[in-house]
Amino acid sequence: MVAHAEHVPHRSGLAAFIARWTLTTNHKEIGSMYLWFAFTMFFIGGALAMGIRLELFMPGIQLIDPGFYNQFVTMHGLIMVFGAVMPAFVGLANWQIPLMIGAPDMALPRLNNFSFWILPFAFTMLLSSFFMDGGAPNFGWTFYAPLSTTYGPDSTDFFIFGVHMMGISSVLGAINIMVTIFNLRAPGMKLMEMPLFVWTWLITAFLLITAMPVLAGVVTMMLTDRHFDTSFFSADGGGDPLIFQHVFWFFGHPEVYIMILPGFGIASEIIPTFARKKLFGYNSMVYATASIAFLSYIVWGHHMFAVGMPLWVEMTFMICTMFIAVPTGVKVFNWTATMWRGAMTFETPMLFAIAFVVLFTIGGFSGLMLAIVPADFQYHDTYFVVAHFHYTLYPGAIFGTMAAVYYWLPKWSGHMYDERLGKIHFWTATIAVNLTFFPMHFSGLAGMPRRIVDYSLQFADFNMLSSIGAGLLGLTQLFFLYIVIKTIRGGKPATDKVWESAEGLEWTIPSPAPLHTFETPPAWPITDAREDQAARV
Amino acid sequence: MREGVTEMSQRIHTIHTVSLWICIVIGIIVFGAMAYTIYAHRRSKPPEPADFHEHLGVEIIWTIIPVLILAGLAVPAAKTLIDIEDNSNASMTVLITGSQWKWHYQYLDADIDYYSNLATPTTQINSCLIDLFCDLPDEQGIAKPLRESNENYLLEVDKPLVLPANRKVRFLMTSNDVIHSWWVPDFAVKQDALPGFINEAWANVPEPGTYRGQCTELCGKDHAYMPVVVDVRPEAEFDQWVEDQRIAKELASGQAVADREKTWSLAELMEIGEGVYSTHCATCHQPNGEGQGTTYPALDGSEIATGPIPVHIDRVMNGKEATEMQAWAPQLSDRDLAAVVTYERNAWGNTTQDVVQPRTIFENR
Ligand code: HEC
Ligand code: HEM
Ligand SMILES: [Cu+2]
Ligand SMILES: [Cu+2]
Repeated sequence: MVAHAEHVPHRSGLAAFIARWTLTTNHKEIGSMYLWFAFTMFFIGGALAMGIRLELFMPGIQLIDPGFYNQFVTMHGLIMVFGAVMPAFVGLANWQIPLMIGAPDMALPRLNNFSFWILPFAFTMLLSSFFMDGGAPNFGWTFYAPLSTTYGPDSTDFFIFGVHMMGISSVLGAINIMVTIFNLRAPGMKLMEMPLFVWTWLITAFLLITAMPVLAGVVTMMLTDRHFDTSFFSADGGGDPLIFQHVFWFFGHPEVYIMILPGFGIASEIIPTFARKKLFGYNSMVYATASIAFLSYIVWGHHMFAVGMPLWVEMTFMICTMFIAVPTGVKVFNWTATMWRGAMTFETPMLFAIAFVVLFTIGGFSGLMLAIVPADFQYHDTYFVVAHFHYTLYPGAIFGTMAAVYYWLPKWSGHMYDERLGKIHFWTATIAVNLTFFPMHFSGLAGMPRRIVDYSLQFADFNMLSSIGAGLLGLTQLFFLYIVIKTIRGGKPATDKVWESAEGLEWTIPSPAPLHTFETPPAWPITDAREDQAARV
Repeated sequence: MREGVTEMSQRIHTIHTVSLWICIVIGIIVFGAMAYTIYAHRRSKPPEPADFHEHLGVEIIWTIIPVLILAGLAVPAAKTLIDIEDNSNASMTVLITGSQWKWHYQYLDADIDYYSNLATPTTQINSCLIDLFCDLPDEQGIAKPLRESNENYLLEVDKPLVLPANRKVRFLMTSNDVIHSWWVPDFAVKQDALPGFINEAWANVPEPGTYRGQCTELCGKDHAYMPVVVDVRPEAEFDQWVEDQRIAKELASGQAVADREKTWSLAELMEIGEGVYSTHCATCHQPNGEGQGTTYPALDGSEIATGPIPVHIDRVMNGKEATEMQAWAPQLSDRDLAAVVTYERNAWGNTTQDVVQPRTIFENR
């Protein structure tokens, strides 16, 4: 089952190195490649964000002219969503799911290699559009028709092809994860005994295989509208630009939960470890995640309250959306109850996990406010929305990933990270995130639309604060890169268990995790004889 | 959020305030509990953690309570929504059409229609990296107007939408090209303008005054430069304004006849044409006629601007389908169209010496 580099004929130096990484089917190596790829994209998307914030530092046009600004905003959004957050979560899944369920590898290792290697090509294609005549896509990451169809730049076709490729990659990855979870659990591990990270990923995988084909559908409709004389989205030919928005957001809303559910799983792993207490309400956590996933299919209209939908449609979407707050609230309460009367210590992963819970909740509050249709008429398409989704994505998806990296990096690399540097990173990042995104609530409420390159003077102070915060936030990420590299290259050796009261199969194997683990299935439930486990590995 | 001036905007403001406070209170409780547990249940205090991980009662309670709070929020929101969607009994109707990047206002009950463009001069918008230098006089020795002293920077237009106070006005929104969205925060009216479809909204403004907003749907390059300004006047003044518009229109049509009968010289048309060009065409084709990359073609040396005159006139009057080059015939007078075509044929490196008369434009309409 486990085909990997050793089966490749021996070559020397560079050739061997290239062959190893391009041909590997090992879940750990592929997981690392996903994570490094996501990290690279995070820096590219971040660099674009720095450009945006620099231009918005004060009113007027200083650096980036209006057409180019729209390209920056669009590519920032696309790269962060499809290039940074999604691959990072798939990378974590690759590393951790087999280790957490006691599987020797992913169920479909060659497919795994393929779904990773699609990505660099997809994004090279997307990014190359910056150098094309007419520039990169400039219609926002939501690419509403007809701005993206009739009026899109030539590079739109590259964008469409790129989206198709990353869609294929995501669907294949999701299938692989589902098959692995259903078939390769340690004998005896029931579904309701799986770690929550595995559960949330299983549910995310279902979202992916149902939502991504819808995205593929909508970009294909764009393609035929652009080149084959159809008019799905054009009223002239009997179509309707709103069809675009309905189809897009039918994908788009599940997509935002794809970007947060694994983060929920990560917090549910980390908080019990450092509270030294079992997760409160395991069952209700699973049910809450499943109901969030279900509800995510019937709320897409809340992105479209201003397009002129019938009254009863608006009401229905409002009520469904408000309902999502209930299971989300349950999760937040459960995390708090997990900490309650524990014996907590605050290592870096725990700090990031707590910040995740607190700041994500703030994003949840603004989300609840946005669900109230009459109020949304005032919030919609302003910086209030930008603040809302950055509070859910930055402290949510990004802090979640960082917490996971600090938590599991000792297991992956065999070295402890430098706790003091980790804490410095945490505090600077947390301050910077709030300094960047909190003022956006105010500029939005004061009336600043989103996606504008220049703004009236009343918004100047808030924007300057945001830009200063963004600069700091950019620096903290370089610092994170330094910490990660330092840890990989050396540091205090990590014990097998790493954390005093960590539980789960991944802590029964040695640190660093050997290339092959669980070639014979581990005993479940975990017995005390961890040594004899280690011997069997 | 701005409280605004209409009954609707104030009701929405109340909903916003209430929901914000609900969030703040829940936030204080939840974050307070977390802060307490972080402080009180740290490892150094009780070295041994408690051992509980389920409690059905508590879990049911914290599912039910949010449901009740949400229901409490949803009911007033739904009531307000029903009132917002009630478009009946309007005393007048304005058709608002968005196009890249201006608004067109058409009073359906009176014979009035006009375009509304950004009025902030580009000299204020474009600045150098270090703002200080931007205050230096330009070549002609005229100090550039300071952005900082313009309190309506980017929120000013040449011709605002004029509305009467205390009358229910119905807005119909549509678009000529991409999706735009017409927003005036003080009225709490934000409605997308969709190409090929018509949306409805309404406002009843009690207070005369000037209200400012912006386009809120990404609509291409100059999305940031598409403000909405509404000038609300007392009823009597508004009726007077409608009358003035009618008279002005008659005068203008008299003027148009006179323009048509006159034969214009190249110099006259070039002067007018330069003005028209810099207000309407320069954002895309650039003041020097060089265009921008392949997106906006250069007019300097262009085949159309130096080739057969009828083709050139046709392109300017009727635009080109499905591109950003829009039809200018409905927006500009015969004289202005004649002037801008003449200007393009004789400016920069173009030296056709062609003179296009307003009457030629009239014949092409
Ligand atoms: C919103 C941007 C925009 C504005 C404003 C604009 N144009 Fe254009 N114009 C274009 C684009 C884009 C084309 C190219 C259309 C095509 O052929 O694809 C074009 C083409 C033209 C051409 C034909 C050039 C050629 O060689 O193909 C002429 C002439 C022209 N415009 C004149 C004008 C005049 C006169 C005005 C002002 C009254 C104006 N344009 C305003 C975008 C604009
Ligand atoms: C360095 C940190 C970041 C900064 C300073 C930043 C800044 C911004 C700003 C200012 C905008 C709005 C631009 C506009 O509307 O004109 C924006 C848009 C956006 N950002 Fe970020 N961002 C950051 C990180 C992220 C991350 C981590 C994600 C996703 C995981 C993300 C996803 C998005 C998306 C989806 C948009 C919307 C793009 C669009 O309107 O089409 N951003 N960002
Ligand atoms: Cu959504
Ligand atoms: Cu716009």
